[in-house]
Amino acid sequence: MSIVNSLEVLERLESIFYDMLEIRDRLRESGIKWSGGSAPLSVKYGFPAMLKHGVIMDVTNVEQAQIAEEAGAVGVMVLDKLPYDVRKAGGVARTADIKVIEDIMAHVTIPISAKVRIGHYYEAFLLETIGVDLIDESEVLTPVDEQHHINKWIFDVPFVNGARDLCEALRRISEGAAMIRSKGEAGTGNVSEAVKHFKAIMGSIRSLSRDEERVRDFSRQCQVPIELVALTARLGRLPVVTFAAGGIATPADAALMMWLGADGVFVGSGIFKSQDPLERARAIVYATAHWDDPEAVVEAQRMVSEKSAMLGIDIRTLKPEELLQTRGL
Amino acid sequence: MKIGILSLQGDVEEHEYALRKAAAELGKTIEVVRVKKNLGDVSALVLPGGESTTFSALADVGQLKKAIEGGLPVFATCAGVVFLAREVRDRVVGSTRQKTLGVLDIEVVRNAYGRQRNSFETELEVREVGRVRAVFIRAPAIVKTWGRAEPLAYVETPGFGATAAVVLQKPHLATVFHPELSTTSLHVYFLRGL
Repeated sequence: MSIVNSLEVLERLESIFYDMLEIRDRLRESGIKWSGGSAPLSVKYGFPAMLKHGVIMDVTNVEQAQIAEEAGAVGVMVLDKLPYDVRKAGGVARTADIKVIEDIMAHVTIPISAKVRIGHYYEAFLLETIGVDLIDESEVLTPVDEQHHINKWIFDVPFVNGARDLCEALRRISEGAAMIRSKGEAGTGNVSEAVKHFKAIMGSIRSLSRDEERVRDFSRQCQVPIELVALTARLGRLPVVTFAAGGIATPADAALMMWLGADGVFVGSGIFKSQDPLERARAIVYATAHWDDPEAVVEAQRMVSEKSAMLGIDIRTLKPEELLQTRGL
Repeated sequence: MKIGILSLQGDVEEHEYALRKAAAELGKTIEVVRVKKNLGDVSALVLPGGESTTFSALADVGQLKKAIEGGLPVFATCAGVVFLAREVRDRVVGSTRQKTLGVLDIEVVRNAYGRQRNSFETELEVREVGRVRAVFIRAPAIVKTWGRAEPLAYVETPGFGATAAVVLQKPHLATVFHPELSTTSLHVYFLRGL
């Protein structure tokens, strides 16, 4: 099923979010001069559609971004530290250096994304101002607001948000997220949590499609507009582009997530924490494009060596306070 | 009639949907297939929107070029136009080492409007098609046409003046915007020409 398949879905979204758009207009009238909030939905929701069946790679500098571009990535995600290093370093993780982001913009032609802390309007405002193409409001960074996410309706730039289940996904969409990704457990090189989150989302959608009463219950339980739940049930998928993320480290991991219904994948530490970044980046791009052709996935897997893969972390050895996925629900 | 969509990356489903809807409007029976490695026996090919560098990295350029030179009609949108062009450069980075198919007699500037914040929607008058809603997403601009390339619509591009938004180079059709997001009229026009 196509999502932006049609004007129709976009128009449905627009009418569902009418209240949100009203808030945006009120904010603007009250003199809050956000640069954004006037991009047509076709532009905001159309952009992630162009990333579909592709791979977005985490990078920390120009050299890595150029490797990603050469390997065929559809975009790069600029971070100060790769999630694996965020985990090791501890402390407060914030958005990347503006200078680094601008430097990467000047050297690669593919879209640039960057992460902001959950609830941090001003980091998002900075990134929008310098021209980042997609903002990830991410649990990998340290949240600044435990209660609220950013109201993404007041921005022109599209946002992607993480989710562990359908409730979280629909809450983020109702806040204006133009794209959803699984949270997984970033920086572990272990795809198990991403699998769990994807199956949870897909499973809930399937059960919604069977039963109209569940649509109402779900809307109440998750505190999202019933029209949005009904639209999701009718489409049989989330009404925005949905990528897999969290722990993807091999071509087979990427193919697995595509098979589970992902529109594309984010690869975080998996590439630049490995010993063979360029080959691995190429192989993951290849496996993502050809996930439905087992021979091609074998070919991709042959391009990399397990000995070079990032070591990874067994999630069961992490303490509850070390989990990133429980931030921002 | 079998229409293939190059499905290595990009908004494949949107084109699938638009093609089916356009065929229904025309009362034409078509089969839409996704092609990746082998073109099979398709009688036309759609190059979707997406990232042209990704197309270049994944596509079998030799095979595609041979099929197109052998007469396979192509409908290219946005990144597809970059991939099909003879000459390509990037507005910021300049010359790129990107492999392209080198079919259309056009020179393309990638990311000509700037970044996603410069993406926009507008109405265009397209010769032989009429008025269409056009969605430009990190769009390229066709800054020069020659030979057999015939512009059907123009759009104002800051820094470049009026540039071609739709180009017909029979039997190929190219749009720098995304008709698959807003209208079936260009798909109808392409199917009618086959």
